[in-house]
Amino acid sequence: MSGFTLTPVETKPLSFALPVIGAAGAFVGLFVGTAHGSGLMGVVIGAIALMALGFVALKVFGLGMEKTTRKAMIALFVVIGWLVAGLPGLVLGGLFGWFFSWFIFWIGEGRYRANLAPYLTSGQVLWHYTFRVICGAIFIFLITPILVVIPLSFNAQNFFTFTPEMLRFDPAGYSLKHYQDFFTSSGWQQALRNSLSIAPMATILSVGFGTLAAIGLSQPHVPFRRAIMAILISPMIVPLIISAAGMYFFYSRVGLQGTYMGVVLAHAALGIPFVIITVTATLVGFDRSLTRAAANMGADPLTTFFRVQMPLILPGVISGGLFAFITSFDEVVVVLFVGSANQQTLPWRMFTGLREQISPTILAVATILVVISICLLTTLEYLRRRSERLRGLSPG
Amino acid sequence: MSDTTHTGPVLAADGTPLKRSLRRALRAQKLRALALIAPLLIFVLLTFIAPIADMLFRSVENQIVGRTLPMTVEELRDWDGEGTPADSVYRALYFDLFLAAEGKEHTKLGSRLNYEESGISSMFRTTGRDVDNIGKVYQKAIEKVNPAFGEGAFWYDMMSGGQGAEGNETLLSNQIGRLEGLESKTFKGDIGFVPGAEIYKILPNATRAYTAFAAFTVFMDEDVVAEEDPWEAVYPALLLDLREPATMAALAGYQGPGAQELRDLAAQADTLPPVDLKAALVESNEDWLRTEYWEVIKTYSPPYTTGYFLNAIDMEKTTDGIALRADDERIYGILFKRTMFMSMVITFSCIALGYPVAWIMSNLPARSANLLMILVLLPFWTSLLVRTSAWKIMLQQQGVINDVLVWLGLVADESRLVMINNQFGTIVAMTHILLPFMILPMYSVMQTIPQTYLRAAKSLGANNWTAFWRVYFPQSVPGIGAGSILVFILAIGYYITPEIVGGTTGTFISNRIAYHISTSLNWGLGAALGSILLAVVMVLYYAYDKIVGIDNVKLG
Repeated sequence: MSGFTLTPVETKPLSFALPVIGAAGAFVGLFVGTAHGSGLMGVVIGAIALMALGFVALKVFGLGMEKTTRKAMIALFVVIGWLVAGLPGLVLGGLFGWFFSWFIFWIGEGRYRANLAPYLTSGQVLWHYTFRVICGAIFIFLITPILVVIPLSFNAQNFFTFTPEMLRFDPAGYSLKHYQDFFTSSGWQQALRNSLSIAPMATILSVGFGTLAAIGLSQPHVPFRRAIMAILISPMIVPLIISAAGMYFFYSRVGLQGTYMGVVLAHAALGIPFVIITVTATLVGFDRSLTRAAANMGADPLTTFFRVQMPLILPGVISGGLFAFITSFDEVVVVLFVGSANQQTLPWRMFTGLREQISPTILAVATILVVISICLLTTLEYLRRRSERLRGLSPG
Repeated sequence: MSDTTHTGPVLAADGTPLKRSLRRALRAQKLRALALIAPLLIFVLLTFIAPIADMLFRSVENQIVGRTLPMTVEELRDWDGEGTPADSVYRALYFDLFLAAEGKEHTKLGSRLNYEESGISSMFRTTGRDVDNIGKVYQKAIEKVNPAFGEGAFWYDMMSGGQGAEGNETLLSNQIGRLEGLESKTFKGDIGFVPGAEIYKILPNATRAYTAFAAFTVFMDEDVVAEEDPWEAVYPALLLDLREPATMAALAGYQGPGAQELRDLAAQADTLPPVDLKAALVESNEDWLRTEYWEVIKTYSPPYTTGYFLNAIDMEKTTDGIALRADDERIYGILFKRTMFMSMVITFSCIALGYPVAWIMSNLPARSANLLMILVLLPFWTSLLVRTSAWKIMLQQQGVINDVLVWLGLVADESRLVMINNQFGTIVAMTHILLPFMILPMYSVMQTIPQTYLRAAKSLGANNWTAFWRVYFPQSVPGIGAGSILVFILAIGYYITPEIVGGTTGTFISNRIAYHISTSLNWGLGAALGSILLAVVMVLYYAYDKIVGIDNVKLG
């Protein structure tokens, strides 16, 4: 990652390196040990084994043979893992081997100090790495639930958990049947069609109205700007259940409850804050002298808007549209109340499925949605960079 | 150059004073901006603000009692709340209930009042079934005296006063209005019947009952009045009129259609059964004698009520004023407290988890920070239901976490941890779901804090902790504030996640609102609970606007 070192690396004495390595071994040994019946035995064996390995690696072979030693160690762990727990053990063993072979040299050669300021005390160094481990754990917390869903969606059984076959990487444990289920079930397909017919309409409505209003709001003199802004952002702030309840009451009064139009209008209202926020943010960097220059050269306001302003704020408009789309596509509370069975969307079906715990088809749908959100995220990131580049080009 | 000596107002190029010209330009600019905003503003007002306003209205609206039992409410006004109301109240109740039962609206009123005092619903239901039979007794007796009283055409002639007679339009529009209130619809058009002014003076009750029947026949049954036999309720009304001493005298001079038949009937009035509608109603259901039920009806007879709100804060209206409910009936206080408590726990967990992440992202080089940012944004962009279902899979008893713990031997197979359908499940899942909303504002604030400050503090002799606590932390507080309010606002109104992983102990007030709206159908209470929640959120929204400014909300 970094091509330079802040602190010169020096080999640490074995009296420091071995206990640290041993402690790491003991920690892992604790888990492996409890899994096999005796935690204490695991701790002792783990500590001794790692210390022995560390000694061999650091003292017997030494720095000169680092690459060979690491390969040998990985091979050793793989074999042990395979003997103990078969195929999953092999994979785990490989990972452990890779980690420990790296860890032994990292500790033993004092490489952990390379990127840190030389004046740090050992306590500060320890804290630095502890902090990183904590952050790593939080990131794992953030990402694991999403990652767990993906392999489970290929489950051959109708279970919501990993089967022994899956853990053995037995091909029989995996199948595409939940996906097949999703693509052949008329209920799910209808839900998908509903989602795909509601979300784009709602997006068009909120982007159309929202972009105009955002341009209006970013004019220099807008009376009651704060109040208007507060009203326009409120659909994002008001709890969905309250919006849903209110819309249910009001839309049934005017005959929109249970209609396609009702759901579209409701979703458009929910998407508007996102469009307003992203488009006004883009307009903050918009150079007004460009429109004046266009007018100066004889362009009428419409031409100016479409030929000058629109291309520049387009990234913001598109990302606002994506937000509005995902809001509608993901929305379940309002559609539950405002919609009827004919407007059953994908999230609605997932929600009822989760409440009644029906089939793992939900997981297949979830995986597809994760893939969609990754695509959207990539698009957004690309747009953001493009927008920044465009703004960088504009003078001022 | 000579212009500089000119002392009058500064003029624009076209000769108008510059001040006015500028003001006009400014006004045009403002109007243009407003014209651009107006479509969206109207759209949001119609599709979003109006529904919210409707909900607020419903939380105090209580017109059903006054609309279903208009005459009863009128008569009940003089009741002092002791014992049972006067006979006139029961009489009005009978005629109100008859019309309501014909329109099948009495059960709605019953379930509405049942929210306040259970048992009322069945009282309305049983009596609603019996009102026909109560009237039938008098109908039979009268028809025995003169079978003409069983014919629709005869009644029609008698009540309209015959061809060309003077009509009483007020009575007609009153009765149509009563029906409109009952059915919450508006009815327009001629019903082909106008009650006679003269007959109304002589037989007010019968004419009123017949006019209500006529309006109902035309608008609800879509039949012709003259061809239909009148309702049973008309007969007791007629007898009530005939028992009045003044009626005999008035009848003597009456010349309209059916005059002779009425006089004959009046002469035999003593042989007919006495009209005691109170006894009849009580016989149908003894609960009509219960003071507390009548109190409920009286208490909830005004068109607007604070009853729902009182209910939502575990209070009720009693004869002695407003009082707290019995201990075992107080559920909303607990629910509100739980919602607040859990939202706070979620907010604090988000701070605890989000702060290190935001810190490390703002301290790493841009490339690695962007990489980590993707890890934060991916959950943010993933469907809420995907994340909720993921947590359901992870936390359930046969789920991934329990499996791993069992495999590691930390937990015995038969004592798997219960981590779902309780508060723990809700807190964990919601912390995960709302964490990005905490990290993003924190990160954008921390990015602006120069790292050199920390180093300066340390070089001035501060230790790690002091440097962080006295120098870095105070500068990051705006980020914490922004994130906390956002997370708290979002958490407090969450519905989906608590519904799926919350079980019974981990649910929020929103789940109760949804229950009242879709299951128990107590919309008023649902709306009142929603209004309270909305008020809390609005206060927080205002604080957020003051502290952070809504313009500064960042998305990704």
